[in-house]
Amino acid sequence: MIYNIPYIAVVALILIGLYAIIFKRNLIKIVIGITLIESGVNLFLITLAFKQDSIAPIYRGSGSRIMSLPVPHALTLTSIVIGVAVLALMLSLIIHIYKHYKTLDASKIGREKE
Amino acid sequence: MSKRNFAAVIFFAIVAVFLVFGALMMHPFGEFNEDNYPEMDEYIIDNTQNETGADNGVTAVVFDYRGFDTLGEATVLFTAVAGVIILFRRLKK
Amino acid sequence: MSGMSRIVKTVTNVAFPIVMIYGLYVIAHGHLTPGGGFQGGAVVASGLAMLLVAYGSVWTMGKIKEKQLSVLESIGAFGFIGLAFLGILMVYLYSGLQGNFFNNFLINQDIFPIFNELGRGFGNINTAGVIPLMNFAVGLKVIAGLFAIVLVMAYATRLKGVKQK
Repeated sequence: MIYNIPYIAVVALILIGLYAIIFKRNLIKIVIGITLIESGVNLFLITLAFKQDSIAPIYRGSGSRIMSLPVPHALTLTSIVIGVAVLALMLSLIIHIYKHYKTLDASKIGREKE
Repeated sequence: MSKRNFAAVIFFAIVAVFLVFGALMMHPFGEFNEDNYPEMDEYIIDNTQNETGADNGVTAVVFDYRGFDTLGEATVLFTAVAGVIILFRRLKK
Repeated sequence: MSGMSRIVKTVTNVAFPIVMIYGLYVIAHGHLTPGGGFQGGAVVASGLAMLLVAYGSVWTMGKIKEKQLSVLESIGAFGFIGLAFLGILMVYLYSGLQGNFFNNFLINQDIFPIFNELGRGFGNINTAGVIPLMNFAVGLKVIAGLFAIVLVMAYATRLKGVKQK
């Protein structure tokens, strides 16, 4: 049980983010929940890349020690950049919604009958 | 409690049970047995200095062994910047 | 947003070149130490955002327009895809075999022997063929893209009627 603490931290991050998305009504709090879920997924990816007693995969001055796997590090880099791009677009749309509706409540927007 | 709130609590409870159950059943942190042995990463670690000449394993994977993923990521970044600039453009009368 | 006081502007004037040089160092040594195009680009974009916070968005938009940033980003994207397409052409020309997309065409060959020095753990900077050139292209793209996002969002939400210092 003590050997699985990184996986329990990942599950805690994802559950807190999911609680913020489902049960809150302010739009900014929903965006914060989406960012927390993305942080949890990135932590999970770099947890899978660890070997016992390993160093970073740099060859200068490494002797002949065990290296950790480099492929999950590359996937995490891509995931972080995509998270930043999606966050920028979400915040721009929230600015436009506030200019039009004058409120940030998710249950009062988009219910016009026409 | 309204109907929507009740359904949301049930959904959240189901997802939480599945996630916690999955976290406790993962393999121990840092050990590999013959079920999930990384053969592709062993090949990359052994042959990076001969085939690419780089000293950094992560940069060699990002730009040489897996260059297509970097191309897709550059496209996503370009699309996001284009979308933000278009959204804040004033029409000049 | 409006600018800040005189103490903040003086400290920014001192710290801004240091941050830019550190970011360019992280981009240029991407194949030897941890770092690379994306990480170094984020460092330089943070330095430029510090300039935006200290001087106000109206002054910064007067100096750097968003059209110039969009041209820089397109140059970075074209350089990256051009280096990937040259892999097909160059390998076909000098050895007769067919090349692939994203082939590293400056390594283990006899046409350009200046690029042929493999640094096994010595830290030479002209190793690894095409990878430093790709680092510069992606770094330029990330710098222009992230700074354009921050500048456009700060300029569009300025308050009217507030006296800018």
